[in-house]
Amino acid sequence: MLHVNSISKTYHSKPALRDISLYVNAGESIGIIGESGSGKSTLGKIILGLEKPDQGDVHFRGSNLHTLKAQALKAFRRHLQIVFQDPVGSLNPKLPVWKSVVEPLENFPDVIPSFLKEVRLDRKKIAEVLFQKVGLSPELLERYPHQLSGGQKQRIAVARGISLEPELLVCDEPTSSLDVSVQAQVLNLLKKLQRDLNLSFLFISHDIAAVQFICERIVVLKDGILVDAFLTRELFSTARHPYTKMLVEMSMEQDQ
Amino acid sequence: MNIQMPRINQIPFFFKNQNLLIQCGIIFFMIIILITLIGPFIVPNDPFTANMSERLAPPSSVYPFGTDHLGRCIFSRLIVGAQSTLGITALVVVTVALIGIPIGLLIGYIGGRLDTVFMRLADGILALPEFILAIAIAGFLGPSLMNLMISIVFVKWIAYTRVVRSIVITERNKDYVLAAKVGGSSSWKIIRRHMFPQIVSPVLVLATLDIGKVILTISSLSYLGLGAQPPAPEWGAMLNDGRPYFQSAPELMIYPGLAIFFVVLAFNLMGEGLRDKWDVKSR
Repeated sequence: MLHVNSISKTYHSKPALRDISLYVNAGESIGIIGESGSGKSTLGKIILGLEKPDQGDVHFRGSNLHTLKAQALKAFRRHLQIVFQDPVGSLNPKLPVWKSVVEPLENFPDVIPSFLKEVRLDRKKIAEVLFQKVGLSPELLERYPHQLSGGQKQRIAVARGISLEPELLVCDEPTSSLDVSVQAQVLNLLKKLQRDLNLSFLFISHDIAAVQFICERIVVLKDGILVDAFLTRELFSTARHPYTKMLVEMSMEQDQ
Repeated sequence: MNIQMPRINQIPFFFKNQNLLIQCGIIFFMIIILITLIGPFIVPNDPFTANMSERLAPPSSVYPFGTDHLGRCIFSRLIVGAQSTLGITALVVVTVALIGIPIGLLIGYIGGRLDTVFMRLADGILALPEFILAIAIAGFLGPSLMNLMISIVFVKWIAYTRVVRSIVITERNKDYVLAAKVGGSSSWKIIRRHMFPQIVSPVLVLATLDIGKVILTISSLSYLGLGAQPPAPEWGAMLNDGRPYFQSAPELMIYPGLAIFFVVLAFNLMGEGLRDKWDVKSR
């Protein structure tokens, strides 16, 4: 479904990504692990078509995302959505949250997600269904972002992300700004949505346990270079790259 | 013992929970608006009728503030003059906002060469002192109220464009804008739905504070003879009319001067109050 072919990107003459290739099959979830500054967020933005790579290309369902014209790119947007790391910045502070949630569906009036068949007309009703989908009470519809907790805001961001029923949802550290207890809830929600909607995730994180929970395959980035790629069940295999082993050990130590 | 404080319910919503600055400003503001609206119907004398036998008359029951050098009622002229001074000011500020805001939104969001062109143009205009430039333009176009307004608008739009642009530039790279892009929103929709609400309160503060400045500019230019032309009653023009008589009849200048002073004060109080309330940083 998604093919990333030897992508490189340089910021201010510092290489952020070097020759990255990966692929995502339909219905499959991929984890991208790396420490901060390893270029994983940049990779996410390139895959979404928000930034252009210096070299290489991204093919989604056979089309090169970065050579598409604006109209065609928009048509692909409905299959590619995102949940950002920081729910504070990802919702407009001046809008009641339900308006943020229904915005993608406003832009694609011909998209009818499977879970919205009956209430296609009323925007508020659509928001209500989406809120239910992510386990939020409809009472919160009219609230503004600053009146909600971090976990609630992140659920709203997830609701917006799934509203078009995309094939691929890029999650850029979706839990790392949340409290530990809330992290688990949001991860469970993502897992449930993955099953219900047959979603693929591109799950960007430095939290190995979270990636392990969500994804079938994992790639490891270090300083913009892809150092390791493997199936999740092979995480503890001796064939792992030394850097991967180190990350695993570090996360085990944290848990103790 | 439990004493219940009487609850005051009569206070209108826009007055409640405001700080003292805004409250004073609002009271002044209401009085000014009232005078402007109903003033012309309640003035004791026709502001245009000259009565040479009564020139420079002291205050009396017929002429509350006395008469000017042509025997016209100063009080009536002040009240009617409020309409032209405030009307022009409102028109100028609204026009400036209507020009400055869209340009700021556009160049802030699109950036690039368009932004550079407009900002260099603005720098060019601002390199000259604002007031001198307004005088030059008003002088070049010829003295009339219309030209006065054009000259002020020409200089003022930049402030609005700058404020709006700087807000848009800080907002446009935030995640919620990226999320809107990923959600398929057009640039136009992002500007309308996401950028515009961010600029409303700062622009309101700027406009309120600007009203005072615009009144002063209009009055100053009218005083210099570049704005309202006689016999139209306008506060700055009235100051100009009274100038030759300043030593013998200072009230000719004192009353219009006080009127300008209080109106500017009212808008400045309100503007500063709103700025504190909305926590808008002055840029």
